[in-house]
Amino acid sequence: MLIILGLFLVVPVLMALWVSFSDWTGRGSPFASSVSFIGLDNYEQLFVGGGLPQRDLGIALRNNAWYVLLVVPIQTVVSLFLAVLVNRRILRGRGFFRTAFYFPSVTSSVAITVVWLFLFGASGAVNKVLSWLGINGPSWFQDPSGVVHNALGAIGITEGPSFLTDTPVLGLSLWEWLGGPSVAMSAFILMAVFTTSGTFMLLFIAALQNLSGETQEAAMMDGANGWQRFWRITLPQLRPTLFTVLTLGLIGAWQVFDQIYTGTQGGPGKTTVTPAYLSYTAAFESQEWGRGAAIAFVLFVIIVAFTVLQQWILRDRAVSRRRRRVYEPTDRPQSERSVRSTGQQAARSTSQQTVPPTSKEGDS
Amino acid sequence: MSDARTLPTLPSGGGTKKLRGIFPSAATSVLYAILVVIAIVYVAPFLISIATSFKSDAEAAADPLSLIPQTWTTAAYSRLFLNSDFPTWFTNSAIVTVLVTAGRVFLNSLAGYALARLNFRGRNIIFAGLVAVMAVPAVVLLIPKFLVINQLGMYDTYAGMIVPLLMDAAGIFIMKNFFESIPSSVEEQARLDGAGTFRVFWSVVLPMARPALITIVILSFQGSWNELSHFIISTQSPDLTVLTKGVASLASGQLSQGTQYPLKLAAAVLMTIPVAVMFFIFQRRIMNASDGAVKE
Repeated sequence: MLIILGLFLVVPVLMALWVSFSDWTGRGSPFASSVSFIGLDNYEQLFVGGGLPQRDLGIALRNNAWYVLLVVPIQTVVSLFLAVLVNRRILRGRGFFRTAFYFPSVTSSVAITVVWLFLFGASGAVNKVLSWLGINGPSWFQDPSGVVHNALGAIGITEGPSFLTDTPVLGLSLWEWLGGPSVAMSAFILMAVFTTSGTFMLLFIAALQNLSGETQEAAMMDGANGWQRFWRITLPQLRPTLFTVLTLGLIGAWQVFDQIYTGTQGGPGKTTVTPAYLSYTAAFESQEWGRGAAIAFVLFVIIVAFTVLQQWILRDRAVSRRRRRVYEPTDRPQSERSVRSTGQQAARSTSQQTVPPTSKEGDS
Repeated sequence: MSDARTLPTLPSGGGTKKLRGIFPSAATSVLYAILVVIAIVYVAPFLISIATSFKSDAEAAADPLSLIPQTWTTAAYSRLFLNSDFPTWFTNSAIVTVLVTAGRVFLNSLAGYALARLNFRGRNIIFAGLVAVMAVPAVVLLIPKFLVINQLGMYDTYAGMIVPLLMDAAGIFIMKNFFESIPSSVEEQARLDGAGTFRVFWSVVLPMARPALITIVILSFQGSWNELSHFIISTQSPDLTVLTKGVASLASGQLSQGTQYPLKLAAAVLMTIPVAVMFFIFQRRIMNASDGAVKE
């Protein structure tokens, strides 16, 4: 077991690290004497080269950043919303609804992508529904235009101010960075929400069931309405689960690969290229192994950085002091603490049971 | 402004709250309505794809929404089974999934038990390493995995497809947690009766771990059946193509002319059936996986 673990995880990472510093072309062993150490050349090409590799990385990062920016909050809100709806004891057919919402999460990303290509086709089901509303839907997977640019275009802004168009970052102008996800990418964003909200819903349901009813009752006695109770009491108690969901969501959303490989191969106009897919094509298709490995490590650093950053932002302070004063009398800090820590334990144990950190997300 | 003026009869502020107070069932029916709409949105893609897989190409393009084909045809399915590599893909997926699942159940429980119960040097370091490994994103490991598989001469073999998937840090984690929850007095009893470590593990502890083992079975079945990227980088020959890879190539139009949506959707439906069956068999367990975990 340990041998397999070492053989397929530790050793490979070290090998890939070596490859990312070398000029290996995929022939023979990367440790052969013909392969030479070229230091940071691969990374330099990616970040300051000014050529196509740099621009491609910039595009991939732009695409994936928009994907993350939209997928992570939306899937969190949707899954929490579903969990709250489905969690009511009096609700009949709870099982049915849970099953319906969770089922997309167990199916393969390839199958879902095939379905999506059909649904979001130019004359597909989605556009048919949109036409009922009088909307002329785009041909989703062929449309490379950015949605932010499209929205700006609708109010007459088609050119960015010069300080945006003239400032290049990684070979792309800031104006291009701010273009938003392409219409094609938006379809993938909807798909991600569709396939992951069920999994996260289960996490939230588990957390909701562990909340003590007493605090809720006390709040009810104090005359808090449903919205206040949710916002001031339930949500702060869900914080640990929220944290788990956000972290898993972030890690998953930076790894989009299966959908792109199956669906668009990065098109149209490179607007669905993601770093993971770029790393794959650089290595396995262009035989630029050093560059591919370097992109993979860049992606690794991004994911680690985001996770650490998030941990730092959401570090162990359950609620701001101002908030805490609102819903908890100041002379009882003890009870507030205990509520929080049990919630945390529950979330931790449940998250391990239901979702292994990387399994589903890799393909969602 | 004009909107506000058109609604003078409603009392300003708290209108909805009052309504809810008067008609408690109204709020409930709104809740049901919302739930039903969302459920339709979540289920529709699957129903539409099943329906479309029985349509003709022309009808699929002309009427993508209808759930009842005007002319039922199983052309897509017969083409998949009789006139394509689909059976090979399916067989390969089945072989890999069964072997990976069996292997994971065995290895994960063994490793989990060792980490939970056996005292050996470096146990904590190994566990820390395990946690670290869980943090490495799978996509980042594509190139590294290929390098090792290649170096070991396992590229384009069943071994290369299966062996790397056998290690699964999350599964070990689950098993370790479970074994730690079993009181050690149970094992001491067996040990007094003269059972060796493996014997204790195999005949005493493992049968007790059934719930955790089922979780592993579900997760690894789903995981290996749906796995794509690993097979992309570990195989190239058509004989070793699994379903995910095969259907992905179908999707990008490599085997078909035109759109051929019924064919593609039939393939998607067929590849979903095994996980769907698995899901409905173990549904209770999957949906309540969280409940069991809380009791400490």
